[in-house]
Amino acid sequence: MMQQLVMYPLLFQLFLSIGLIFLWKKISWQKWISAVGSVINLGISVWLFIHIWENGTQGIQAGNWEAPFGITFVADALSASLVLLTSIAGLAVSVFSAGSLMSARLKFGFYPVFHFLLLGLCGAFLTGDIFNLYVWFEIIIICSFVLLTLGGEKAQLEGAMKYFTLNFLASVVFLTAIAVLYGLTGSLNMADLAVKVAEIENRSLVQVNALLFLVGFGIKAAVFPLFFWLPASYHTPPSAVSAIFGGLLTKVGVYALIRVFTLIFEVDPFIQNVILGIAFLTLFSGAVGALVQNNVMKVFSYLVISHIGYMIAGLGMMTEVALTGAIFYLFHDIVVKTNLFMVSGIIHRVKGTSDMKKLGGFYGKYPLLSLLFAIPLFSLVGIPPLSGFWPKLSLISAGFDLENYWIIAGILLASFLTLIVIVKLWAAVFWKTGEKLPEQRNFPYFDNLKNFQKTQLIAPIVFLSFVTLYIGFGAENIHSLSVRISEELLNKQMYIDAVFNKS
Amino acid sequence: MKTLILRTASNYMLPLLLVFSVFILLRGHYLPGGGFVGGLIAAIAFVLHAFANGLENTKGLLRIRPGVLMPIGLGLAFLSGLAPVLAVDEPFMTGLWWPDHVPVVGNLGSALFFDIGVYLVVIGVTLTIIFSISESD
Repeated sequence: MMQQLVMYPLLFQLFLSIGLIFLWKKISWQKWISAVGSVINLGISVWLFIHIWENGTQGIQAGNWEAPFGITFVADALSASLVLLTSIAGLAVSVFSAGSLMSARLKFGFYPVFHFLLLGLCGAFLTGDIFNLYVWFEIIIICSFVLLTLGGEKAQLEGAMKYFTLNFLASVVFLTAIAVLYGLTGSLNMADLAVKVAEIENRSLVQVNALLFLVGFGIKAAVFPLFFWLPASYHTPPSAVSAIFGGLLTKVGVYALIRVFTLIFEVDPFIQNVILGIAFLTLFSGAVGALVQNNVMKVFSYLVISHIGYMIAGLGMMTEVALTGAIFYLFHDIVVKTNLFMVSGIIHRVKGTSDMKKLGGFYGKYPLLSLLFAIPLFSLVGIPPLSGFWPKLSLISAGFDLENYWIIAGILLASFLTLIVIVKLWAAVFWKTGEKLPEQRNFPYFDNLKNFQKTQLIAPIVFLSFVTLYIGFGAENIHSLSVRISEELLNKQMYIDAVFNKS
Repeated sequence: MKTLILRTASNYMLPLLLVFSVFILLRGHYLPGGGFVGGLIAAIAFVLHAFANGLENTKGLLRIRPGVLMPIGLGLAFLSGLAPVLAVDEPFMTGLWWPDHVPVVGNLGSALFFDIGVYLVVIGVTLTIIFSISESD
């Protein structure tokens, strides 16, 4: 049974979503099953993580077809940690959506699709086959498209069109890149590719192919020139949906970039400079975008883009210290961004608007909640000892090692701009005296909710804040995990051996 | 589209097409065919019946909502993949085969149940889409 463990998170999510389809009409059952299932899923992910931590990278061949021919699933420390974080974020959002989503949306199958989305995310993290990765990306796109449009408001449909068009374009580029790679090597297994791509003599074609992958995953990760779909769509759906999108969807693109550029392609100086340039511009343009926005959700959307830049910068520098920083930032970012979008949901509920000009007086009315919200907000900025501080330290020290002062400037500038954005947001939403807004009819104001519903909204934020505090104060553990992951990433033989069972 | 010829023909076509769809489903392991095509043919049988006799009659004939077939088919396909994990501790989706030759079906294995699952999902999805489109006008 232990050898099958790699696939258990996937099988359980699939089981959960099929079970939820059977209960299509019974919304209250779905809420409970989704929450309990997410807890069980968290348990399975912890189990997988501990198993991988103790025994090293594990691979499994689906259908028992031998490695380069069948579809391989591989769990190394990076995949296992990301699956764990996915289930943490999934649990939080599952509970949050039970309290925050209107039943009109839940009636059209929110929970089954939500668990299919989590299935797609875990699949993308665990697969060891590049074409299978494409299939998981498609599952993610389809599910996120459904979640974006549930409710069918005009703004939602507009955002969904932009989202779908650009992500679809990214899939086409990604698929083309796979086709070229298959033409060059005749293989789709990532471990097999790692061996075969290094032997190809036509290096310029490999380089072009690597750039195709960079473009495809870059659009999905929302990096510099092609991030426009993200701020156009993330503020339109309900905050529960934005939370899972902002926390995890772009991170799959980052994961795929890290995986492809450490395992399959050798990073040569040209690609390295391209990645670093993109990282710098992403950091800068996202932060400036956040600076000029007045809608809380839009501010967070632009911050998602800006902070993708940190991870891309770590990937671009490609040293062990830099990758450690990038991985650490990835972990911190998943938890904090999921939390922030849920916070923005509660802010929206309190006054019925997300406009920073109209909001205010939150601290006076809810001092304890404000202190709670301060945790994700200030760890986003990276105020020591909160979680955002430590990965930036690694990234900057990696920049000094390489004497690449441009990227250090970019990292510092983006942190500084994030600080300004968050301070501005704090002043506008929490400290400023708010004006009295006209009451909207039929709007579920936060104060009018039952205590149980309030708990459902606040408990996930408390949970994720604790995780954030752990990442900040237990930084040594997370750091040693990140160091181990970056060692594994730079030494690809372990991954290849796990796939071909030559341990 | 209530013509006598179509209506009479559809009464004969429905069982014929359904049998043909099962034939295509069973043939699919080594030869062209399989659950997807078989499911489409079965869905066509019901759509043709609906064109000739009206949607209400076809729904009466089906008795269940076609949407119900989706989770059932998904569940069947999932279980057929899960069977090797639970029964013999082999990886997900490993083919399990019945040792003896079964008449009509040929070699009986877990792959067949996966295909039946696909068959049901395809019927469910196709009929749900077509029925809801024809209801809206």
